[in-house]
Amino acid sequence: MSDLHQTPLHALHLSLGAKMVAFAGYDMPVQYPMGVLQEHLHTRAKAGLFDVSHMGQVRVTGPDYASVAAALERLIPVDIVDLPENRQRYGFLTNDAGGIRDDLMLANRGDHVFVVVNAACKADDIAYMTVQLPDATVTEITDRALLALQGPAAQAVLSALDPRAADMRFMDVATLTLAGAECWVSRSGYTGEDGYEISVPADQAEVLATALLAHEDVAPIGLGARDSLRLEAGLCLYGHDIDTGTTPADAALGWAIQKVRRTGGARAGGFVGAEVILPALGHAARKRVGLLPQGRAPMREGVPLFASEGATTQIGTITSGGFGPTVGAPVAMGYLPTDLSGTGTTVWGELRGKRLPLTVAAMPFTPANFKR
Amino acid sequence: MKYTEEHEWLRPEDDLIVVGITEHATTQLGDIVFVELPEVGATVTKDDEIVVIESVKAASDILAPLDGEIVEVNTALADNPALANEDAIGDGWFFKIKPSDPSQMDEYMDEAAYNAMIA
Repeated sequence: MSDLHQTPLHALHLSLGAKMVAFAGYDMPVQYPMGVLQEHLHTRAKAGLFDVSHMGQVRVTGPDYASVAAALERLIPVDIVDLPENRQRYGFLTNDAGGIRDDLMLANRGDHVFVVVNAACKADDIAYMTVQLPDATVTEITDRALLALQGPAAQAVLSALDPRAADMRFMDVATLTLAGAECWVSRSGYTGEDGYEISVPADQAEVLATALLAHEDVAPIGLGARDSLRLEAGLCLYGHDIDTGTTPADAALGWAIQKVRRTGGARAGGFVGAEVILPALGHAARKRVGLLPQGRAPMREGVPLFASEGATTQIGTITSGGFGPTVGAPVAMGYLPTDLSGTGTTVWGELRGKRLPLTVAAMPFTPANFKR
Repeated sequence: MKYTEEHEWLRPEDDLIVVGITEHATTQLGDIVFVELPEVGATVTKDDEIVVIESVKAASDILAPLDGEIVEVNTALADNPALANEDAIGDGWFFKIKPSDPSQMDEYMDEAAYNAMIA
């Protein structure tokens, strides 16, 4: 335990009765006394407060935004150059084989790019960007916590602290004053709900979290419900649904690569792995799909998939799965050969020695409630 | 009532033993979302894995505590797995077994010993 990092909200988690687990080198709350199921449902009904301070907050600076953006576009196949100021975008770092080193959120903050990366990847990401971007300065921001406030009540809760929160649209970024703290806020998250992610100075994080939790609609939510929420929302978990062996084409993340970076676009290619990724868009041999087990038994990561009840050749694998509290049934995602990936196709998962049917289904499993 | 180290409770009912899991176990497992029960009529051997429980977090097995025959299973629990969380020692029972060797009950803990184990 002593080797684990603690976030600035560690003491608050303990005082709230959280059950703590090791995650990506941090001692993190997996659930609070409410329990994973109720935490999940509460987030979809009202608002949940998540501590995501384990994630990496990174500032990339250079002579100006345009040059930093152009440099980052060599590592990330999305449109960063034309991203308007104070707008955020989803992206990923790719490798030479077209695989995904990490997925991330990046924002144009006027004179720099603000990047949020996965906790387990952050040391590697920062080292990699530092080497690959010799004309830029890559700085990990270690004196800030990161909170996520997610759910239909998030706007009402946050705009009570700073009314400007209500003016933000999905993927807008702004500096707000929340409970006396200067916060960098984006209208985004990873639950499929409307909400905000809030970067707050570490020494003011507990005051802000306490102020948010004082609202009757806000409950603290652990990593357990964070996982079931993102799974129902059809969002990838790095290291499970995507990794260095999956290309954005395999992972059905082609939507994140804007036209300008694709073949025929004004800034086509020019990123690591482009020669693999661009031709594969729309032509991948396998595809990440949503899967609904037809019975009640959850099918989790690692369950092998087959084309029929008696088939001997495995055709795919579940990469995330569990019970979807809002769906009220098990949900999963995994990889299938593209010709067997059509919505409505039945495939079979082998669970405890038995073959059980699943239906290929569109994602998200629950409708997204973003404020576009 | 007797208790196993696997957090099952065993309650004699005429010549049968009703089996479920303790409140301590359901609290540890979290919200239970799926229960797979054995087949009525199945002959089981002590320590066979005969029940699968899935909580929101993970799958776990329940072992047959005794040799015998499964004579009834709680179909209401299969339809509504949350019963195990709501009423672990009542409506959340799992199955009834007719033991072939009732003396196997003697090796299990009484309530005081079980409470001491989980304390």
